[in-house]
Amino acid sequence: MTSSQTLQRSGFDINLAAVGLITLLGALWALFAAAFAPDAAMKGQSWLILAGFLTGLLLVVGAIARGGVIVDQSEYNEDLIKAGVIASLFWGAAGLLVGVLIAFQLAFPVLNLDAFGFTSFGRLRPLHTSAVIFAFGGNVLLATSFYVVQRTSRTRIAGGVWPWFVFWGYQFFIVIAASGYLIGITQSQEYAEPEWYADLWLTIVWVAYLLIFLGTLWKRKEPHIYVANWFYLAFIITIAVLHVVNNLAVPVDFFGSRSYPVMAGVQNALTQWWYGHNAVGFFLTAGFLGIMYYFIPKRVHRPVYSYRLSIIHFWSLIFIYIWAGPHHLHYTALPEWAQTLGMTFSIMLWMPSWGGMINGLMTLSGAWDKLRTDPVVRMLVLSVAFYGMSTFEGPVMSVRAVNSLSHYTDWTVGHVHSGALGWVGFVSFGALYCLVPWLWKKKGMFSKALVDWHFWIATFGILLYITSMWVAGIMQGLMWRAYNELGFLEYSFVETVEAMHISYIIRAVGGVLYLAGALIMIYNVYRTIKGDVTETDEAVVPQPALAE
Amino acid sequence: MYEILASFAQTWGMLLFVTLFLGALTYALWPKNQERFDKAANAPLNESDSPADAAASED
Repeated sequence: MTSSQTLQRSGFDINLAAVGLITLLGALWALFAAAFAPDAAMKGQSWLILAGFLTGLLLVVGAIARGGVIVDQSEYNEDLIKAGVIASLFWGAAGLLVGVLIAFQLAFPVLNLDAFGFTSFGRLRPLHTSAVIFAFGGNVLLATSFYVVQRTSRTRIAGGVWPWFVFWGYQFFIVIAASGYLIGITQSQEYAEPEWYADLWLTIVWVAYLLIFLGTLWKRKEPHIYVANWFYLAFIITIAVLHVVNNLAVPVDFFGSRSYPVMAGVQNALTQWWYGHNAVGFFLTAGFLGIMYYFIPKRVHRPVYSYRLSIIHFWSLIFIYIWAGPHHLHYTALPEWAQTLGMTFSIMLWMPSWGGMINGLMTLSGAWDKLRTDPVVRMLVLSVAFYGMSTFEGPVMSVRAVNSLSHYTDWTVGHVHSGALGWVGFVSFGALYCLVPWLWKKKGMFSKALVDWHFWIATFGILLYITSMWVAGIMQGLMWRAYNELGFLEYSFVETVEAMHISYIIRAVGGVLYLAGALIMIYNVYRTIKGDVTETDEAVVPQPALAE
Repeated sequence: MYEILASFAQTWGMLLFVTLFLGALTYALWPKNQERFDKAANAPLNESDSPADAAASED
């Protein structure tokens, strides 16, 4: 490494000029919106957007003043990944906190403060989902994908200033979307709530992300593209397509916040769930499988169990997942053949999912003792187990007969969270626990015991969450369909709500435990970065690469 | 338009996807590729802390 030498910088090049131009045009648009916005919400947002673009412009000017960004080809760009790790932890804590809050709101409705509209469940719920999926999950994916693609391609990330544009542009998108929800800006499509201007901004950021990723693969020094990169690439490309198609809309005013979708009725519904389920399939699955295929082998110092199986896993997920969306629309105006198609493909998905799970778990064969000695390995393995569990539960729930009981109930919420907290959350935490000592060049984490505490507290939290939601959801479904001897419905709606009160409290407690685990992690990471590491963790400090 | 798209999807479209998938399967299971896959699988374990460019320029 040439850390002692002065590192090569880009100078004021065309990339910096382009990013500067984007921030300038953005600031100009925001200024006009502040003056001419037809709705009050946009008038408020425009100042925030203006501030964001001006901050971006300042960052660009700062970079130019320092002689451009560092582009030294003899080093990996690790500052970028460090920023991603910190952003992940921040958004993770924020998203989980809002989750706990809305869980208590459901148990105790008085927590929806009448005097403050932005505290209502309807405003906070998309804030929670977007914060945990797109802000936390998205930053974990940005950070790990940038790390993995550099390492496995043995080359520095491509694109000069553009990786930084993607990182900050993505944070900016999150802030615009989240603040919009609170003041009532939404296009009311699940997981696609941000309005047209935020969607356009994300499109620009995402295309830059794709080009950087492709550019890095293009200049790779390894003959083969490692399988984790295939999963990341599929995630980036598919999300771009899904995002653009599902958000096709016509704004009412060029400076206003409202827009109307191009598609209406059942077409809109089908497109929405084609988007929605593939956000699960390609954002929350393919992307995080990229993490699994890199970080588990790396942590246990063993190659993946079967590279062949990983290729088959990849292509079967790609070919099958994209058709599964219609299972969200059973018993609706969607043609029955389309519902059956969605159901059939969902059941077929079980096979590749379990193939992938087996591949991840069997990577440990010969190293199972690490489950006992390394809490990070335990976390990664439990995440894969949850991947297996929720990819079994999902196909079952997609069967029309089961869906008639489970749909619209809290069983769905429980299912989503076993995937989100168990699989996505734990594989992310595991990867972050790996990354922190690697990036900040420490011998290990500050405290292995705290990693253990995080593991057990969060695991117990998940168990409380999913078991209470099974009970609540199945009971709710059964109560809805209960008839008395005269053929009338046995229960009124509010009786079903009352019956679930205790489950809602248990669920909220589970959420508190999960949040507590994440806060322990943040403390542990803080102490590690600060340099309070005393013990050497041999799982973290591997032997240097031998050029055999 | 709907009929044209639906009939294409149910015949040639399906055939195309099945063929592509079979192609991917063949690639994954082709015996000669084993050695290449073994090398690729070990790639993350053999990496160094600096890019290949740095290693080349230092040697």
